[in-house]
Amino acid sequence: MTPAAALLEVKDLRVEFPTRRGTLVAVDGISFAIAPGEVLGVVGESGAGKSLTGMAVIRLLEPPGRIAGGEVRLEGERIDNLPPDQLRRIRGRRIGAIFQDPLTSLNPLYTVGEQIVQTILTHLQVSPQEARERALGLLREVGIPAPESRIDHYPHQFSGGMRQRVVIALALCAEPRLIIADEPTTALDVSIQAQIIQLLKRLAREHGTAVMLITHDMGVIAETADRVAVMYAGRIAEIGPVREVIHAPRHPYTVGLMGSIPKLGAGMGKRHMRLAQIEGAMPRLNAIPPGCSFNPRCPRRMERCMRERPALVTAGTNQTACWLYE
Amino acid sequence: MSDALLKLQEVGRDFDVSRPWLNRVLEGLPRQRLRAVDSVSLDVRRGETIALVGESGCGKSTVARLIVGLWQPSRGRIEFDGVEISNPATRAATSQVRRRMQMIFQDPYASLNPRWRVREVVAEPLRVLGLASDEAAIDRRVAELLRQVGLAAEDAEKYPHEFSGGQRQRISIARALSANPEFLVCDEPTSALDVSVQAQILNLMTDLQEKLGLTYLFISHNLAVVSHIADRIGVMYLGRLVEVAPAEDLFSRPQHPYTRMLLDAVPDLEMSGKQRTPVAGEVPNPLSPPSGCAFHPRCPHANDRCRMKRPASVVSGTATVACHAVQEGRI
Repeated sequence: MTPAAALLEVKDLRVEFPTRRGTLVAVDGISFAIAPGEVLGVVGESGAGKSLTGMAVIRLLEPPGRIAGGEVRLEGERIDNLPPDQLRRIRGRRIGAIFQDPLTSLNPLYTVGEQIVQTILTHLQVSPQEARERALGLLREVGIPAPESRIDHYPHQFSGGMRQRVVIALALCAEPRLIIADEPTTALDVSIQAQIIQLLKRLAREHGTAVMLITHDMGVIAETADRVAVMYAGRIAEIGPVREVIHAPRHPYTVGLMGSIPKLGAGMGKRHMRLAQIEGAMPRLNAIPPGCSFNPRCPRRMERCMRERPALVTAGTNQTACWLYE
Repeated sequence: MSDALLKLQEVGRDFDVSRPWLNRVLEGLPRQRLRAVDSVSLDVRRGETIALVGESGCGKSTVARLIVGLWQPSRGRIEFDGVEISNPATRAATSQVRRRMQMIFQDPYASLNPRWRVREVVAEPLRVLGLASDEAAIDRRVAELLRQVGLAAEDAEKYPHEFSGGQRQRISIARALSANPEFLVCDEPTSALDVSVQAQILNLMTDLQEKLGLTYLFISHNLAVVSHIADRIGVMYLGRLVEVAPAEDLFSRPQHPYTRMLLDAVPDLEMSGKQRTPVAGEVPNPLSPPSGCAFHPRCPHANDRCRMKRPASVVSGTATVACHAVQEGRI
């Protein structure tokens, strides 16, 4: 993909946490791009740095976390070094965010209508009447039944799935070019999950919105994403078209990760078939091994992996950071 | 059935969720009872893994807690190896039976006392039940248990915070095994863990079952995990058991419309291009469950009978299903 076509471009992004016992590098030089209308899945286990990557893009890192290097470009313009007042015009206007827990993303003291109207008035030049019309339209679009009566309800009067729809409506209200969705379906039951995923997909398709979908759930990625980035210990282990990453993973970590996911019906008839497992656990940030950070758990470790850190190289349709493909 | 280790007969449990007395008097509100579990009948056979699945609030964890005796059932009867264990009056007399079952909890961060060393955590059942004669025997047993779950004997001297989530869950399993149980109730044992760690724990549980001849009741909301580990599966909806079937049959020929809906909603990792069928609606408020069949407001096959009369569980093929449409052959 040429840089000109990318809506979001992240280059060598580095996020650090200075602590008394030294600096922890939580995101270590990652680069990726998202095109308009594309859904990029970012998948990884807890502590892989996927949420921090999303937070760094909209600059919502909790101090002492900070961006220590790299560039973030939105439609060609650098946004990682903007002063706070300019950044606030981008957040909500050009970048929308959806977080895991819909209850904490909504203010319990205001009706959902007030929150949406307020956001619209902040970002767009419209009258309050137009803003309310727009809010109604958004609630209808995200699939809330009878929006005319629901718009004046408070967040606690909505169920979990409905609340997450309100949060999505809120993220959409200024027609952002990019949506960062951090575990948007994790708190929801499977039947509601399917509804929310279809909604996100449709929005990306119809509005040409780029979506960065952060989740630990490979099933959600498989259904929603066009491309997927697999993160491990703050780095991208592999990135490529979703079908390729799932069916023909290149990096040994991705291979292990895919094997360890129980698949519906796969164990059927073969009672108590074992799952493939990756020995050990992801290293803590203060104990990331030298060379390839996956090397202590890797079944195909070579001598070189313990000394030199692999860069992303092209392996077929995917890019992977592994010496096997050098 | 003679090989049933555990028998639940029409078990129900209500919770009083009324407002405080003063509010009821001033605002004229009635008492409110939440029917968390409603007439659940189930047999667990020796040596099998039976799973209970369902969405949040369907009562599956309540069933687990009723079985191990953390709560008392409001109605019905629970038998373990032929002895009734649900009657509080005979609790002392049945303690010998009840110690043969143990429980593993969902959150390994909350279920281990942070002030205790792992040794104390794992040894507690041994001390409480008087299963070890002296300290040296306790030490030996703790070391053996830790090795059995894939930890090192030296880990006994550490505190829970020194372990990752997966390792903590191994400690919980070691604690549950210390009393030599035959039956383990596992309430979402892997849902707080990452997938690669989940695979390690599921493999460990499978190995232990083969080695020790354990029987598992496995509670989960994740159908893929359940399809991997269970021999039989029970599907719960709003406190009721709507279908019980052997795992293969449940996945290849789901009968109850709710089971079909759950299966359709599972993300498709194979990317066969199959569209997930999103289900309309959400789980109703359990305080005012729908009349008749609790699933009828979301069911595509509901008719007047479904709205009026609650379906009984009836054997249909290899499964037991509570659905009028299945019984009438409409679907």
